Amino acid sequence: MNIAFIAGVLSNAVLSGTFILYATVGEVIGERAGIVNLGLEGVMLVGAVMGFVVTAQTGNPYLGVLAAALAGAAFNMIFAYLVVTRRGNQLASGLTLMFFAQGVTAIIGKAFVGKPITGLTDLRIPGLAELPVVGHALFQKDLLVYLVIPITVAAWFLLYRTSWGLRMRAVGEDKTVAFAAGLKPHRLQYQALFIAGLLGGIGGGHLSIAYTKTWQEGMTAGAGFIAVGLVIFAAWSPVRAILGAVVFGGAVALQLQLQARGANVSPFLLDMIPYLLVLVVLMLFGRVKGRVVPAGLKDVFEGTG
Amino acid sequence: MFLKVPAENSRRKGLAVLKQFSGKSFVLLCTALLPLLAFAACGASGTSTPPAAAADAHASFTMGIIHVGSKTDAGYNQAHAEAAELVQKNLPYVKVLEAENIPENADVSRVIENMISQGAKFIVPASFGYLDPAMQVAAMHPDIMFDHPAGFKQADNFHTYWAASDQHSYALGMAAGKMTKTNKLGFIGGFSIPNVIDSINAFTLGARSVNPKAEMHVIFDNTWSDPAKEAASTNALVDQGVDVVTMIVDSPITVVQTAEQRGIYSVGFHSTGVQKYAPKGWISGIGFTWGNFFAREIQSIEKGTWKSNPKNLLGDLNSDMVTLAPWGSAVPDDVKTLVEAKVADFKAGKAQVFTGPVKDNKGNMKIPAGKVGDASLVNTIDWYVEGVIGQGS
Repeated sequence: MNIAFIAGVLSNAVLSGTFILYATVGEVIGERAGIVNLGLEGVMLVGAVMGFVVTAQTGNPYLGVLAAALAGAAFNMIFAYLVVTRRGNQLASGLTLMFFAQGVTAIIGKAFVGKPITGLTDLRIPGLAELPVVGHALFQKDLLVYLVIPITVAAWFLLYRTSWGLRMRAVGEDKTVAFAAGLKPHRLQYQALFIAGLLGGIGGGHLSIAYTKTWQEGMTAGAGFIAVGLVIFAAWSPVRAILGAVVFGGAVALQLQLQARGANVSPFLLDMIPYLLVLVVLMLFGRVKGRVVPAGLKDVFEGTG
Repeated sequence: MFLKVPAENSRRKGLAVLKQFSGKSFVLLCTALLPLLAFAACGASGTSTPPAAAADAHASFTMGIIHVGSKTDAGYNQAHAEAAELVQKNLPYVKVLEAENIPENADVSRVIENMISQGAKFIVPASFGYLDPAMQVAAMHPDIMFDHPAGFKQADNFHTYWAASDQHSYALGMAAGKMTKTNKLGFIGGFSIPNVIDSINAFTLGARSVNPKAEMHVIFDNTWSDPAKEAASTNALVDQGVDVVTMIVDSPITVVQTAEQRGIYSVGFHSTGVQKYAPKGWISGIGFTWGNFFAREIQSIEKGTWKSNPKNLLGDLNSDMVTLAPWGSAVPDDVKTLVEAKVADFKAGKAQVFTGPVKDNKGNMKIPAGKVGDASLVNTIDWYVEGVIGQGS
């Protein structure tokens, strides 16, 4: 282990963790309002393709990020309509919308496969970017990397320090009681899913506009499902989601760095590290689950709030 | 339980209506979505209409080609799509049916059946994973000819084609060995299979023939297509000190772009049109050019000489199935001369890629001095040559 190795792992972990963290925080907000969205993968794909298309057409990656966020939110509104207004099964609706998104994004993005874009450029933070080890990893990244922690903390603040967050969590715990207390569960769930869609869309956008600067059909490659898993890992807390993203991103980075160094281990085994690590952590911290899971997760509210 | 609130009755009534409606509307929604989904799944099947079929008196001919990814991926699929274009250009009476983004499962059987029903006489299921479903369809249509890439099963109407690229890998490895300053080269492979290991070895042998200090760092992504992982792999190699990277994944775009962004050199694979993604760091690449081969296959079907063909058609540097991409602006003239001289030697049969002595990276002698590794290595090799860091599988 040398400095270059650690710096490499750190730098790659930050990149691999960022788009996952956006999506995870979005899913935390949705699940706090009582809705599991297995279509998160689809939301990310929609964000990725719309972000890329707008960036390619306008040449402005920041407009692309905006488009990714809004497209993700708009797509999540379809999900909201199905599961909130029409009271559809959340798991089935989410999965169906994911497949729907795979097809739709393939059509939208067809003309844009292989289009070169400038994408989000790295912003060097003067002074800090020259630091050893952490300089390149933390202070020479694109805007979305710098924003992900503030946004996560803002999500925590929204959930736990505002009355809107309190109301929304009440809906997630028990819709009927929340309704009796004069809240409007449906409206709050729509709002939560809108924010979740914004964040999922930004996550997908980061992947296509900043990280890889390409659009490819199905490019999220399961990241949306990992984000749903990390919500459990994070015990439905946005701040703990940071830990989850760091562990997962770090494990991906570690296994690639080990391969690049020529570690005398089969690449197949190394490829399992991220998933094994998440499994181990789930086993170790699984017990807290019962205490923190929103009681009304997946419940259907039959009222008209 | 539902809340006991005023106006409960009317609400319940409303709910009942809603429930009924939601059942119906779900069906409606599904019916509305189905064509969209089907459209998404079938991609572009039938969108590429040929320029005025039957331009001359020649009887028309229809071929079908199925792509696993997008036709503009600057990689594996684009190479095949450009081949189909060339067929259309050189044989204007041929109608080409194309479908892209078709998954490697029973879907491909349906696409092939559909193409046959449209009159296709020659089918190219252009992905390794189409092997079994395509063979099943081929067995039901003995009069339709199939060409499948790099597979290991053949039938009378189902042949295998591919082109060995290890001579090109060796030649471009020489360029990489000359141009590296850190003496560290990087390779990103989809899977650790003999075909890929063969390329890694050839590239490394080429590099070390001109730069004995060169070492090769290898990362396998365990997927042919995952841009995020490809970007992360490139970054991991650069962080390790690698300053020339090459790859065998479906689309080279992400690796080449990330390399350019990190300020290192790149060598492409699959299609020749990748340099626009790396104007500064592009060295060259290997491009597969199947167009003339497909045209010859069509002509042999028309003449009825198809069955006399060998069932496994493997091209090499002397064939027109694989070529070197144009040089990048960063490559000095003496490197170009050196590489082109080696290519000429390969073509003339004066040089071989695996010329003994070749040791593996654990120090065992694999090919003794005076011997030459035979052509079956590409399908069997499971060891790395000296200079490759890491283990194969």
